[in-house]
Amino acid sequence: MSTVPNLSRRNFLVASLVGGSSLMIGFSLGSRAQAPSPPPTPNAFIKIDPQGRVTLFMPYVEMGQGAYTSQAQIVAEELEVDPAAMILEAAPADERLYASPLLGGQITGGSLSLRGAWLSMRSAGAAARMMLIEAAARKWQVRSGSCRAENGRVIHTASKRSLGYGELTQAAARLPVPQSPVLKNPKDFRVVGKPTPRVDTPEKINGQAKYGMDVRPEGVRYAIVSASPVFNGKVASIDDSAAMAVKGVRQIVRLDNAVAVVADNTWAARKGLNALKVTWDEGTNRGVSTADLVAAADAALERDGLIALNTGDVRKAEAAAANRYEQVFRLPMLAHAAMEPLNCTLHVTSERCEVWCGSQVVGRAQKAAAEGTGLPLDKVVVHNLFLGGGFGRRLEHDYVLQAARIAKQVQGPVKVIWTREEDMQHDYYRYHNHSRVTVGLDAAGRPVSWRHRVVGPNIMERFLPVYQKDGIDLDIVDCASGPYDIPNVFVDFSRNEPPKGLACGNWRGVGPTRNVFIVESVIDDLAHRAKQDPIEYRRSLLSKAPRARAALDLVAEKSNWSTPLAPGRGRGVAVFEGFGSHLALVAETHVSPSGVVRVERVVCAVDTGLVVNPDIVRAQIEGGITFGVSAALREHVTVANGRVQQANFDSYQVLRMHEAPQVEVHIVASNEAPGGVGEPGTSGAIAAVANAVFAATGKRVTTLPIQLGLSQEARA
Amino acid sequence: MTRSISINGQSQEVDVDDDMPMLWVLRDVCGLTGTKYGCGIAMCGACTIHVDGAARRSCVTPVQLIGGAQVRTVEALHESEVGRALQRAWRELEVPQCGYCQSGQLMSAAALLTTNTTPSDAEIDAVMAGNICRCGTYGRIRAGIKLAGSYLGKQQPSTTAAGSHG
Repeated sequence: MSTVPNLSRRNFLVASLVGGSSLMIGFSLGSRAQAPSPPPTPNAFIKIDPQGRVTLFMPYVEMGQGAYTSQAQIVAEELEVDPAAMILEAAPADERLYASPLLGGQITGGSLSLRGAWLSMRSAGAAARMMLIEAAARKWQVRSGSCRAENGRVIHTASKRSLGYGELTQAAARLPVPQSPVLKNPKDFRVVGKPTPRVDTPEKINGQAKYGMDVRPEGVRYAIVSASPVFNGKVASIDDSAAMAVKGVRQIVRLDNAVAVVADNTWAARKGLNALKVTWDEGTNRGVSTADLVAAADAALERDGLIALNTGDVRKAEAAAANRYEQVFRLPMLAHAAMEPLNCTLHVTSERCEVWCGSQVVGRAQKAAAEGTGLPLDKVVVHNLFLGGGFGRRLEHDYVLQAARIAKQVQGPVKVIWTREEDMQHDYYRYHNHSRVTVGLDAAGRPVSWRHRVVGPNIMERFLPVYQKDGIDLDIVDCASGPYDIPNVFVDFSRNEPPKGLACGNWRGVGPTRNVFIVESVIDDLAHRAKQDPIEYRRSLLSKAPRARAALDLVAEKSNWSTPLAPGRGRGVAVFEGFGSHLALVAETHVSPSGVVRVERVVCAVDTGLVVNPDIVRAQIEGGITFGVSAALREHVTVANGRVQQANFDSYQVLRMHEAPQVEVHIVASNEAPGGVGEPGTSGAIAAVANAVFAATGKRVTTLPIQLGLSQEARA
Repeated sequence: MTRSISINGQSQEVDVDDDMPMLWVLRDVCGLTGTKYGCGIAMCGACTIHVDGAARRSCVTPVQLIGGAQVRTVEALHESEVGRALQRAWRELEVPQCGYCQSGQLMSAAALLTTNTTPSDAEIDAVMAGNICRCGTYGRIRAGIKLAGSYLGKQQPSTTAAGSHG
């Protein structure tokens, strides 16, 4: 690319002519507020070719959240083109160029793709539109104000003359980039806020969509991998005579802590692995069990933590309080269990390496492949494909590093596949999270003080140091006190890490997924003790959170909150602010006499600011809620003898069609900046379901997954 | 051993072990990657194919059991009336998110609608409970099956016989 530095320092917009005929607008996706100085290099691009085709190069990946469609809509809106005709291309791996403005790395996660990109994308589209209009006006020798852009053309309104964008690219590229492009008034939006067909749907319903698992480079071999079943164990010795005798098996690769069988096809590799005799050095974790992990988290509850939030004077308020409330919560380990098991395909030669995978962190995947192969970074090319689910698991790059170490020992391309069992037993788990909340109450039962001790690992220290401050993982304490009017608040973080080798990471909704359940369970309990309606009690504490309160009012109406339910049924509510969005949910549950919980309906009101694609917002909230219900009712990972006990969907049970609630999503109209929608549904659903179980049974849920009566024995 | 099997209406010669599941025959040998690996033990449904019109989990269906049966995969879904109705409904309702499970969802739904264009919720549950979706598209899948059924009902007033593919 030949860059003509027409640089606008304010928006970091750069225009250039590519290949002699295409207009390229490079732009920077904003910058984090606390970043020292924004990079002067563009990290996203709009290209308009001489045929008028518009291509958008974006650094975010598509993992089902609709990023491609929403981003196309935003640029199309300002550029005045048809979003369906736009071509979306994932940016190649390059951490320096494509770092997320809010996360500081080339990361798709945290419900941040739109939140980080919204204004920059609009500005870039608007700048391109203004330059194309200016180019046409000069050609016609008329004022640019007498021209308009419409559907990929510039039109001179008076004379009805028009030119397609493709005919204007060369002239436009020579013009200065507008310093402050004029953005459209939201009331004139014709694409943003309207349902627009998803660009990825057609290929996802005919078998043509290509995921990492579907890559088949010429001559590819298939490797099935098995890491030490005891976390942090090592390979002591292997006997590969039987494995090598399996038809189709070509090679056994031994790593420090894993083995891989390389074969002509996946089945032969799997049979080879079954025949491979591996003796593991199980190391120091061989005796570790869930009881030990829970005991360690409980011990951390008794240790003073690092102070994350301290407003007012909690100690004084507690001393003066009429009553005191205390509750301890215990959340289990969880697996991601994305439908596409982890996999990574590489072709390593002495000079270079090609990588095919589905990753939420493309830049880190590139670095991992370089590390695993020993090649320089610029010799590693990463092709990112569709992700068969992310949920935080594909924010890690362990599988890329491992695959690179294997592929380095294999001639020709090799697809390294984790079986479902491997995927489930070597996850970066959502780790044990415990909490104690202590509330001081006035005589009317209103909270005057809030003390919350958060116990869990510091994931951000490893994963994203900018989200850590003075030793506190800022994510794990996010939403730890709720949006309520409580004058005295104290939150501390008592760090509790898993034993070495047991990996933990981000799981859909991260900090809020733990905290919203805890905060909303406590508030619900306080309402019950004050003998007040749970919605009315919350309403009276939300004077500083008008958007959350409006969502609460809407969900009360849409859920028919005040109509009675039959015995055995209950409604539970949750309200919170998180991910830049404001949500209120009501869940309706039925609890059988034997204690089987069925979530029948979940109604959600969401204010997520300006909505780019209402159907994608609904879909993300629906999916997030279903993910949360699954966690609330079913999911937990246990450890015995240093091994994860769950291995597949028979032992790690997730929600299925016949158990899934009917979900209704109601969107609050708003012109505020867009918030995130991928994760908050999950956080809210767990809390609303737990409170609905209380409403149905009178039993307060303090441990997940929800276990009542007979179902508890069935699980034990 | 080399054998001939019928996949999507075409006869294919494959040289594979008797016990190789159809999932890997399709994906690794025939290059039909629309059929997905999710669990390998018939617990998730991502690998669902049709064998003589009936839904089968290809991950536990050894090639030697296929014999002369007609195998159909998601790549040929559009060749049947039912498949086209489902794809239309899936597009209109924007069912997929990550999309990885959707091949299996569609193949299970197609087998259901082929015998019953007006399934009740309980009938949908009975068939579709075997297909996991982690993105949580269950509500749209249910609505999509009903919508597709309504298209078929209009075009074909009487329910069609089983195995009416192609």
